[in-house]
Amino acid sequence: MLTKKAIGERYLDTENVKIIRRRYGLIGVDFKELWRYRELFWFLALRDILVRYKQAVIGITWSIIQPLITMLVFSLIFGKVAKLPSDGVPYPMLVFTALIPWMFFANSMTKASSSIVASTSMISKVYFPRLIIPTSAVISGTIDFCIAFFLLIGMIVWYKIIPTVNIIFLPLFIFFAFMTALAIGLWLSALTAEFRDVIYTVPFFVQAGMYLSPVAYSSSIIPEKWKFLYSLNPMAGVIDGFRWCILGTVMPNWTGIIISVISVLVIFTGGLLYFRKMERTFADVI
Amino acid sequence: MDKPIIEVRNLGKRYLLGEGGGECYRALRDVMVNSVKKLFKGKYKKNELQEIWALKQINFNVQAGEKVGIIGRNGAGKSTLLKILSEITEPTEGEVLIRGRIASLLEVGTGFHPELTGKENIFMNGAILGMRRAEIKAKYDEIVSFAEIEKFLDTPVKRYSSGMYVRLAFAVAAHLEPEILIVDEVLAVGDIMFQKKCLGKMSEVAKGGRTVLFVSHNMEAVEKLCTRAILLSEGKVVMEGETDEVIKEYTEKGKYCIGEQTWQDINKAPGDDVVRLLKACVLNKNKKVCTNFDIRDSVSIKLEYQVLEAGHHLHVHLSFIKNGHVIFISKDNLDSQWRDTVCPKGYYRSVCQVPGDFLDEGTVSIYCAITTVGMANVGHVSAQDLLTFQVFDGMDTAGVRGNYPLHWVSSSVRPRLNWVVEKTA
Repeated sequence: MLTKKAIGERYLDTENVKIIRRRYGLIGVDFKELWRYRELFWFLALRDILVRYKQAVIGITWSIIQPLITMLVFSLIFGKVAKLPSDGVPYPMLVFTALIPWMFFANSMTKASSSIVASTSMISKVYFPRLIIPTSAVISGTIDFCIAFFLLIGMIVWYKIIPTVNIIFLPLFIFFAFMTALAIGLWLSALTAEFRDVIYTVPFFVQAGMYLSPVAYSSSIIPEKWKFLYSLNPMAGVIDGFRWCILGTVMPNWTGIIISVISVLVIFTGGLLYFRKMERTFADVI
Repeated sequence: MDKPIIEVRNLGKRYLLGEGGGECYRALRDVMVNSVKKLFKGKYKKNELQEIWALKQINFNVQAGEKVGIIGRNGAGKSTLLKILSEITEPTEGEVLIRGRIASLLEVGTGFHPELTGKENIFMNGAILGMRRAEIKAKYDEIVSFAEIEKFLDTPVKRYSSGMYVRLAFAVAAHLEPEILIVDEVLAVGDIMFQKKCLGKMSEVAKGGRTVLFVSHNMEAVEKLCTRAILLSEGKVVMEGETDEVIKEYTEKGKYCIGEQTWQDINKAPGDDVVRLLKACVLNKNKKVCTNFDIRDSVSIKLEYQVLEAGHHLHVHLSFIKNGHVIFISKDNLDSQWRDTVCPKGYYRSVCQVPGDFLDEGTVSIYCAITTVGMANVGHVSAQDLLTFQVFDGMDTAGVRGNYPLHWVSSSVRPRLNWVVEKTA
């Protein structure tokens, strides 16, 4: 009677029976279960945040200094020395609007990638939906994002920039950045659990990704024939969107943004399925 | 009769071990190199992975409200079984049907962070164990008073004594209210007073009509708490029944250990024309045959043998083996009376005493050899797995563990060493 159920998901039938057995093939996401554990997303993220900011004032200082220095260096090198176009806004502003989503992405994605291996003791001792682990890692990255955002407001005031109405779309692009970090984080965290050497490739991805995304320059300098390929990088869309929302001056390339959105959806879905497939053996391999 | 709350059907779990015998961390690098090799050679040597069935064909049912003890020596598959029941790992074959909310305590304090305060950790740990925030809030005062840490709620747990840490960790776990509770050895932590309190709490939980699955090496606790027991050996259920009978089977008969061997027919006994074994046994401090030793007690290996041909300079060797590795060897030449002496014909008895607080937890197997030492070693007796016995940690705070409450990393031996701690400034 119970065996008739297709293999794949653990499931509760009308009698409230949970069946534990080996699952094959693609495993969907158990949203009901995730909802039951919803508080844990927040708790794990909060733990990361509390620990980070409890240990020292350095936590906050660092999340201020890092983007500021990077902004100065980029403005100097790309704006003053290389004299790249700034689309009519002060170069530091151009860089900073990109640095905010980029640093959020880079930090959260890096943290998410190592999150599974870092939670070995929990994974081998207690069950909860494993998807919570990389997701909370990304959530905890939003705190640095918030701090950097205050800096941005300071800069807007300093440069006397009047934000346009586009700013109401900013939450959408923040969500977009979040999904991008999670999408790649899911892939890398599951891969890292299985293959330990993958973690060494993460800094490389971050490094290469930064130059492949319009962080230090404006995406308007990308030749038309390369636009499609360029937009496959979801962060290109995220950053263009941020600039459009905050600076409002440059009309973004909407086709590019749509390509980026589709790209992130594909990476995310793939990551989710891969993660679900691999999580069955996390406790055995880590 | 109602449907069982837990139904285990043909459950099996296979692990793959790497070539070295240890766990294998796979590297993407290797996988890629192998794939490239495959591309050029058409095929590559398949990774020689060793298969180990930690559990095989396990079947049993648990009725609602039953308290079932799971016993068996280390490596029998107890932990794997609990991990499957708590959904930490997936079975390779078979299935488990569970009709109720399950909570497992394979370790207390999972997710505790030293930088967070006691209060923060209570919420953190509760959430990881599957409690709702509201649920934790409702039980908060009870948890705090059970743990006896009222004054230290706002102190980071890194400043807690190990006792306080464990009390807090257990307190959170003890206030879970699942229909099925799975407990691994975790009760055996902290000082004796607290252990008693934990056991009391467990009986209370058990009396509340909940189903409990309890794994322990502490037979006394199993006997007290459980109505039924399941004995596992080498990944299989070998006995299931009344707690005291199963415990008796496990500890006394020593079926799963070899506490004693005698050979009636000397011609079939291990040995050759020079010397043959007559009897071998493991003795406890009361000189009784025993296979289950508290880590603090001494273990004696007694050998009786007959020398059939005089004029040999005999050496008796004992190898103590754990998990296939020799942890140490010992020879009878330490006894000066027979050192450098040729043995006349006759009957002999050799006893080797291993002090208490020396062996580590686990199953120890004895290999015995009797050789003539001359220009080379000439073997007469060579007996694999002559005797096997178990050493368990009774979690007595007077042991080497002291009051260290957490997981003690297993090693070859666990000797009692002298520690002197002085405050120098």
